[in-house]
Amino acid sequence: MLIFVCIKQVPGVAEVKIDPKTNTLVREGIPSIVNPHDKHAIELGLTIKEQHGGDVIAISMGPPQAEQALREALSMGVDKAYLLSDRAFAGADTLATSHTLSLAIKKILKESKVKNDYIVICGTQAIDGDTAQVGPELAEELNIPQITYVLKFELKEKNTVVVERAFRSEEVVIIETKLPVLISVLKEINKPRFPGAKGIVDAYEKKKVIYLNSEDLGADKAELGLNGSMTEVWKIFVPIRKGSHVILNGTIEEMIQDLCSYLKDDKIL
Amino acid sequence: MDFTLTEKQKMIRKITREFAEEHIAPIAEESDQKQELDPEVMEKMKEMNYFGSCIPEEYGGAGLHKDTIAFAIITEEIGRVDASWSITTGVHCSVCAYPIYRYGTDEQKEKFLIDVAKGNKIGAFCLTEANAGSDAGGVQLTAEKDGDEYILNGSKIFATNGGIAKTLLVVAKTGETDARKQLTVFIMDTDTPGYSVGVKEDKLGVRASNTSELVFQDVRVPEDNILGGLGNGFRLGLQILDYGRITIASQCVGLGQACLEAAIKYSNEREQFGTKIARFQGIQWKIADIATDVESARLLTYKAAWMCDQGMDYGLAGSMAKLIASEAGMKAAHQAVQIHGGYGTMKAYPVERYFRDAKMGEIYEGTSEIQRMVIANHMLRGK
Repeated sequence: MLIFVCIKQVPGVAEVKIDPKTNTLVREGIPSIVNPHDKHAIELGLTIKEQHGGDVIAISMGPPQAEQALREALSMGVDKAYLLSDRAFAGADTLATSHTLSLAIKKILKESKVKNDYIVICGTQAIDGDTAQVGPELAEELNIPQITYVLKFELKEKNTVVVERAFRSEEVVIIETKLPVLISVLKEINKPRFPGAKGIVDAYEKKKVIYLNSEDLGADKAELGLNGSMTEVWKIFVPIRKGSHVILNGTIEEMIQDLCSYLKDDKIL
Repeated sequence: MDFTLTEKQKMIRKITREFAEEHIAPIAEESDQKQELDPEVMEKMKEMNYFGSCIPEEYGGAGLHKDTIAFAIITEEIGRVDASWSITTGVHCSVCAYPIYRYGTDEQKEKFLIDVAKGNKIGAFCLTEANAGSDAGGVQLTAEKDGDEYILNGSKIFATNGGIAKTLLVVAKTGETDARKQLTVFIMDTDTPGYSVGVKEDKLGVRASNTSELVFQDVRVPEDNILGGLGNGFRLGLQILDYGRITIASQCVGLGQACLEAAIKYSNEREQFGTKIARFQGIQWKIADIATDVESARLLTYKAAWMCDQGMDYGLAGSMAKLIASEAGMKAAHQAVQIHGGYGTMKAYPVERYFRDAKMGEIYEGTSEIQRMVIANHMLRGK
């Protein structure tokens, strides 16, 4: 069984700063981290391996600097890591990103002669873009079932997967399916392990990060990076807070009443 | 000259810091007051391989035996949140596990090292006695040969990890020729009959770490347990301490860093005379001095570690590192408390603990005065 974990390197801050002249994120002096949701994806991948065997493969798309994130995944116990890095990938939106990731997964599946015996795990969303789109789009690209917002995961006999998926507040749905499947996980699913010193030594001395470029993936350049993106970023900005605000407290009913009276006062209702 | 850490060393720092902040820092104050190491943290520290950092993987370690800088970083980062844990793992690794790896026979490594490196058995190095402290040659604990065994009699004091240790390195007197003592280092497990733990010390600082008196009454140790050859104990003991000093220096650098960060945080929060105290030059100068002292100590510590990895003689650099780092730690703690004013003397602020912990650094594993003697000997006599 192959267990793919897709991870992203993101700036390690709660609030990103934007350079108003260039409309790009200010990265100087900001440490990069593995996207927090993705650490839960790695942890789930490792747990599945410990219970059922298989190889855990981490994949990331990004500049060479993203190798750090993959080394951290390797330190935690991931078996192999691939970095999809090429200037042609730059400027990719979620569609171009998921397409590129799918090419890598297809390539690895083909080389490993694996057809259906695989799982793809993603974090629900990245803390920088917050789109939560790459997981679902990747499942479409791979043409496999997807289950998002997963809280619990179990792999049973005959490749049956049973998951609990978050549904409205405090409700869950239980879904059963078969491999292959893509799941995107929520933070509540587990607690990521800390890599021990030996794991870190192994990650740098015994394991490799394999770089793949657009040629390695046999990609059509029209479907990569900015060219392959359906969206284009015109401007990034921090919204300016205008006017005053009121924070309502109480039960839902009380707050609705209060809100209605405010709206009536302002002659909106 | 390249001061850049390797990617591996950077990752070691990042992960150790995250681990220490999540698992050790929240209970450091409580451990200090209870004078006990938390057993759950102990288990987690084993999982992190921190009891075998500087031991090769084949003997159950993490494999940083040739990356003393990385080992120093682990000790520093643990020391940044809790000096007690840093001294516990630091002493265990540097003056018990590492000497068995470095000077032990294959049989000794098989028999003792694996359990020690995995943290299943905590290690201690037992040199100090009531009349043998700075004067290491004053050891009176005797080891008398009886067939293929030695019988140990006497007692040790102030042994770091003593009360919780399961494996010991014991420096004993095996003979005397022309008024010169012949010392030998023995490896032994603490389940050996005749061995017992005496008084557990109630200390000023590093209170969660265990410091105990150890009593040896007709303790029989096989001849095969001699480490580094009969009669080599004095020289070997000093070599063991050379490596240990890099570790103590690292622990003190971590403590100094903690003082610096606490001082900066408080200066940016506390307001007096209508402004943050960080705006006063009197505070700024203290912070500048702490930062400079800690960075100097760090550089000398890493240099000693680097020399060790290069196979160079690092005894002098190790002594200098231990001296400057322990004194930088003390100065940093002194000024960090001063910046905190009255609050700094309260247990509600960690600098109170840092101050007590810092004083220990100037004393254990060779006092500042002993380090100056070692350094002066190198300067004046070329050794």
